[in-house]
Amino acid sequence: MLLLGPINVLNDLLLKTGLSAETVNYFVWPLIQIGIVVTLVALWVAYATYLERKISAFMQARLGPMRVGPWGLLQPIADGLKLLTKEDFIPENADRWIFFFAPYIAVASAFIVFSVIPFGPDWAVIADVNIGLLLVLAVSSVGVLALILAGWSSNSKYALLGGLRSSAQMVSYEVAMGLSLIGALMFARTLSLSGIVGAQGSDSIWYIVYQPAGFLLFLISGIAENNRAPFDLPEAESELVAGFHTEYSGMRWSLFFMAEYAAMVVVSAVATTVYLGGWYFPFVYRLEASGHHNLYVIVSLLVFLVKASIILYVYFWLRWTLPRFRYDQLMDIGWKWLIPSALINIVLSGVAVFVVQALNYSGKVKTIEHLDRGLNMTAAGKGIVFGIGVIGLFATAVLLARINWRSRDFNLRVQRRNIKLVNLPKGKPAVQTES
Amino acid sequence: MHQVEIATTQETLLDSPEMVLNMGPQHPSTHGVLRVVLRLDGETVIDLDCDIGYLHRGMEKIAENRMYTQIAPYWDRLDYIAAVSNGLVWVETVEQMMGLAVPPRAHYLRTILTELNRIASHLLWLATHALDIGAVTVLLWAMREREEILKIFERQFGARLTCHAWRVGGMPNDAYDDFNKDVRQFVNNFPKRLDEYETVLSENRIWLSRTVGIGVISAEDAIAIGLSGPALRGSGVPWDVRKSRPYAAYADMDFDVPLGENGDTYDRYLVRLEEMRQSRRIIDQALEKLPDGPVNAKLPKVVKPPPGDYYHSIEGPKGEIGCYIVSDGTAQPWRVRVRPPSFINLQALRQMCVGHLVADVVAIIGTLDIVLGEIDR
Repeated sequence: MLLLGPINVLNDLLLKTGLSAETVNYFVWPLIQIGIVVTLVALWVAYATYLERKISAFMQARLGPMRVGPWGLLQPIADGLKLLTKEDFIPENADRWIFFFAPYIAVASAFIVFSVIPFGPDWAVIADVNIGLLLVLAVSSVGVLALILAGWSSNSKYALLGGLRSSAQMVSYEVAMGLSLIGALMFARTLSLSGIVGAQGSDSIWYIVYQPAGFLLFLISGIAENNRAPFDLPEAESELVAGFHTEYSGMRWSLFFMAEYAAMVVVSAVATTVYLGGWYFPFVYRLEASGHHNLYVIVSLLVFLVKASIILYVYFWLRWTLPRFRYDQLMDIGWKWLIPSALINIVLSGVAVFVVQALNYSGKVKTIEHLDRGLNMTAAGKGIVFGIGVIGLFATAVLLARINWRSRDFNLRVQRRNIKLVNLPKGKPAVQTES
Repeated sequence: MHQVEIATTQETLLDSPEMVLNMGPQHPSTHGVLRVVLRLDGETVIDLDCDIGYLHRGMEKIAENRMYTQIAPYWDRLDYIAAVSNGLVWVETVEQMMGLAVPPRAHYLRTILTELNRIASHLLWLATHALDIGAVTVLLWAMREREEILKIFERQFGARLTCHAWRVGGMPNDAYDDFNKDVRQFVNNFPKRLDEYETVLSENRIWLSRTVGIGVISAEDAIAIGLSGPALRGSGVPWDVRKSRPYAAYADMDFDVPLGENGDTYDRYLVRLEEMRQSRRIIDQALEKLPDGPVNAKLPKVVKPPPGDYYHSIEGPKGEIGCYIVSDGTAQPWRVRVRPPSFINLQALRQMCVGHLVADVVAIIGTLDIVLGEIDR
């Protein structure tokens, strides 16, 4: 009840200033929410860089940032200040205006997505758009435009190559990303992100159980879409110096950096929402039932943050463990593996839904409880779908392995050799030794 | 290089599918100040040429105006990653010219320390090669082990990188008190750590797909170009100076030479890893058999080799590093020539790269393990 106080007080205050209830509900509150979300997400992004540096440091037997504040906790702020005060350099023959605006497009496209992400129930979501997922995919794909423009306008060959790589990569992985989500939508029966979470809540299950293949595909293509290792070709440091942002410096460079991390947070948030139940966690709803509404929202919010952070950790983990793919191998993975397996996943999900429905309506087994919020199934139905999901995961792997069997990059284990050790005969010593 | 440039600069970028890309001299993965001019079709390399000389210091000319004993510290700066090996080739060549016999303890200590240096050099190669292919964590792991070796060097020679390790006729001083303990500790810990690197890389699908079949060079071509060291043995040519003309105490050591089959980047990677294991084995044996006694031979006041010329080479970490000295009987050499392994290994770059992608050029430069200090001299 304590937490309920300030929000209601603020609401009353706003109403007393003479604003109508509609204005307060549909204009003032969203503005406040946007302010809070943008600030918090920016903070999250800043501390994601800190966490990445710390986690990589622990993986590499070192300490990471330790100097600014206790355990280097103020490092992101110091970095931000440093970048703000740095010279904003524009190369002589660059296309000035495009060079100027490309970073803003990157940041905007990454941050707009947060408007539809349900961080929690009730007031913890800015806009519950009924095509939320579509909006996420559409807006995040605008991000590629920023990279192409940045690469092209820099008038540098490395930046150009980086821009070209990123456009090809993001366009081809977006296909796989969109396709991989369809399976989960069949169970949720809605595109609204809050609706997807609600469907998982009322079915008391996370869709990762129904859609293991879909989750993996979404995560892989999400990592590729974000240009993160092992798919960080557009900015492959050892080849393209820094890729599309080679010529950027100071704040404009850090905007790209922020956009990259924000996009990572977006993918983690969407993966959490669609596959890990979003803010839904068993037994948390009891808080709501006992009347602690705002506490319930805040606990759900924390649940969401923890889940998204776990996926974020997977990002860091992969980045500091794996080497980088080559450009053609990346395309191979996208078109020969991810897209076919996403298509197979759609078919298998359809089969699962069909089997469940057929069993239910033939009257033999009761598999469906109700269809009010998504496809809610009984234990029998859940078992069937889970079984098909797991079998589908292996079936997809086997099928694709069959198809790609002849490709050079598949048969690596066969190609792996051992070197031979030879004890060569010794020649006459070239040096003299004192006796 | 100029041919590569002229062929494409005539047309504008949009008229031609080809593009000339200058890699270096300021580039994160050309391992120093190497400039590679690439002619690209999309990302495929059609042609390339190397431009070197940004680090030229005229070492061979400087050597003509120095006393024999003064030149050794310059030799540390050739291949600064493997200063100990470079120093050894100079002092051993001068010793051969003088007909000096070195005490066995000095030979053994030279063996231990050059092998430690080989491990350090290979670790730096592993670190940068893995970094070039994108595996960043291996970089810091390898640096951690290299640090242990550099600590031993610091205590023994007083310097970590360009340690003026040897003197003509032996060593400046005997091994320090805890030398055996420190080296023994390193030798005991090292295999475990090496296995760690292998778990991260050797079986990794991405690592395999980035290295298997990349930068292939056949045994015939490798011999024709004059490759040496791991680059040659990766192609399966059984040649190791430590075996064919043993120097220091290698004649008493029992070790194997690893040989690859296909001569690709992955084979060279495996060869170098195995070489580190064999180096460890050599250090282990040498430490076991380390004789007592003096570490210096008796030397005249001024080193004046008799007139004539002499060539002596050792197996450096990068390949066969040799030294050709012409003496006119004075205290200064008349002419000095180094056989630089990196310089000769770099000549294979064009043959290895053409037809591959830009990303592979970086991997191939890494696998050749070049050091520009030695290429430019």
